[in-house]
Amino acid sequence: MNDNAEAASGKSGAANINSRTPILSLANVDKIFGRDVMALKGMDLDVREGDFISLLGPSGCGKSTALRLIADLIHPTSGAIRWHVNKAPGALSVVFQEPSLMPWAIVEDNVWLPLRLQGKSKSTAGHDIDEALELVGLNNFRDAYPRELSGGMKMRVSIARALVTHPKLILMDEPFAALDEITRFKLNNDLLTLKEKTGSTVVFVTHSVFESVFLSDRIAIIAARPGRVIRELQVDEPYPRNDIFRTSAEYAAHCRAASGALKTAMEAA
Amino acid sequence: MSEASANRVATSGVVDSEEQARLRARKIGAVGRWVLPIIVLILAVSGWHIVVIVNEIPHYILPGPGRVIKALFTNWGSLVDSWFVTMAITGMALLLAVTVGVGLAVLFNLSRWVEMSFFPYAVVLQVTPIIAIAPLIFIYVDSKIVGLLICAWIVAFFPILSNTILGLNSADHNLRDLFQVYGATRWQLLRYLQAPSALPYFLGGLRIAGGLSLIGAVVAEFVAGSGGIGSGLAFRILEASYRLQIPKMFAALLLIILTGIAIYLVTNFISHMLLRKWHESAIKREN
Repeated sequence: MNDNAEAASGKSGAANINSRTPILSLANVDKIFGRDVMALKGMDLDVREGDFISLLGPSGCGKSTALRLIADLIHPTSGAIRWHVNKAPGALSVVFQEPSLMPWAIVEDNVWLPLRLQGKSKSTAGHDIDEALELVGLNNFRDAYPRELSGGMKMRVSIARALVTHPKLILMDEPFAALDEITRFKLNNDLLTLKEKTGSTVVFVTHSVFESVFLSDRIAIIAARPGRVIRELQVDEPYPRNDIFRTSAEYAAHCRAASGALKTAMEAA
Repeated sequence: MSEASANRVATSGVVDSEEQARLRARKIGAVGRWVLPIIVLILAVSGWHIVVIVNEIPHYILPGPGRVIKALFTNWGSLVDSWFVTMAITGMALLLAVTVGVGLAVLFNLSRWVEMSFFPYAVVLQVTPIIAIAPLIFIYVDSKIVGLLICAWIVAFFPILSNTILGLNSADHNLRDLFQVYGATRWQLLRYLQAPSALPYFLGGLRIAGGLSLIGAVVAEFVAGSGGIGSGLAFRILEASYRLQIPKMFAALLLIILTGIAIYLVTNFISHMLLRKWHESAIKREN
């Protein structure tokens, strides 16, 4: 699969991406719901340190199922999901499509949650909470209740909560899909800045070609029924990326390539 | 709220007509909430008074409001003693209903097997008319106080149980997943996610149970009947009816009603204080 992807993308920097240390691999994973609903079939994916991988595919293609498998919320029917690094508590974080904050807790307590579940008091966790809120620019809102925040700010809190444990891997399930375009672009930019600062690895589920190209260095195109990776593209453009990249010819070319691949995926299904 | 205040700007002080109408409506609403029920009360009591006077209804059939108030004062000593008894039963029954209701709800939530086995019997307790089983309870239970407590508790505990069960199950699914991802223990899930999620539901149940425990206590007293030490307001009503002291019956009834209103206001206040920061039900809308 990866060899094909390299050949397809034909970029010189591809070797660089492929030489990163592996964190996690899915090998030939099947997931069948009930008796006969085949959500994933023969899914292969290698996640390597520092990757920003987008799982791009049509609705209902099993992207979220793949994410839930990686998060260990459900288990594969067959095949293996292997961690190559020590999976300590907090090594993995999840950001959902909804901010999913606790409405009864103020912002800093929401961010404290993952550390609280590890048994850390608020004062012990204080430094990490400050840092995470600083990263998403919500220092001045730490005492606010979620209902007092806008949709974009809630999502920032959700991201701060994911960052607070310094995770090796962050899973994001269409986190910006419900936001307006202006907020989404802003959060896309901020997410890349965050990733640059924290150096974490991200697996990002989306159905937006433009979002996936802007954010990721690897795009796994998922076909539906049954869900599987049918192609992998590499977006071999340097970070930091910003609004200039968003309007560049290279960006457009990558979007065209990804759209084409997605179209093939839809036809294959 | 913070966003609204962040958007606050220095203006020339002009309030447009729509905003003026809104502010006026809000002011009228705030005053009307108190004044209107009081006006209705005054009208009803005056109507009652006039009907009694005009039709020359004898006081042993329907006493006027004045006689009821007078009866309240002349019988104050015995009525207050009885009021304490009824209040004690009501309070203890409510406390018991909260403890057992929440305890069972948590137990049912921890074990599906326990829930499947015992929930139907909780429903049986709920649908059995208390007036039908109270005589049996007083046969098998020697202590009158304990019998009264059991009766009031049976009436009051179900709303707490069913509401708390619903609340514990209503925790956001993504948050449940998140707790699982972070390896939360069962206790942490209950303490940090399910309990706060259940709080508004529990408080809804508490408001219903508060009134029901009073009703349960009064009904049980009627069944328990005869006086002796520790006779509540219901017994005073029975006693007064045997002696044709109709104004005293009304006076005791008035005390029961006032107590019920007080319980409602207290539970409402507790609910508001616990939820005012975050729950939609307790937050004033901005428009």
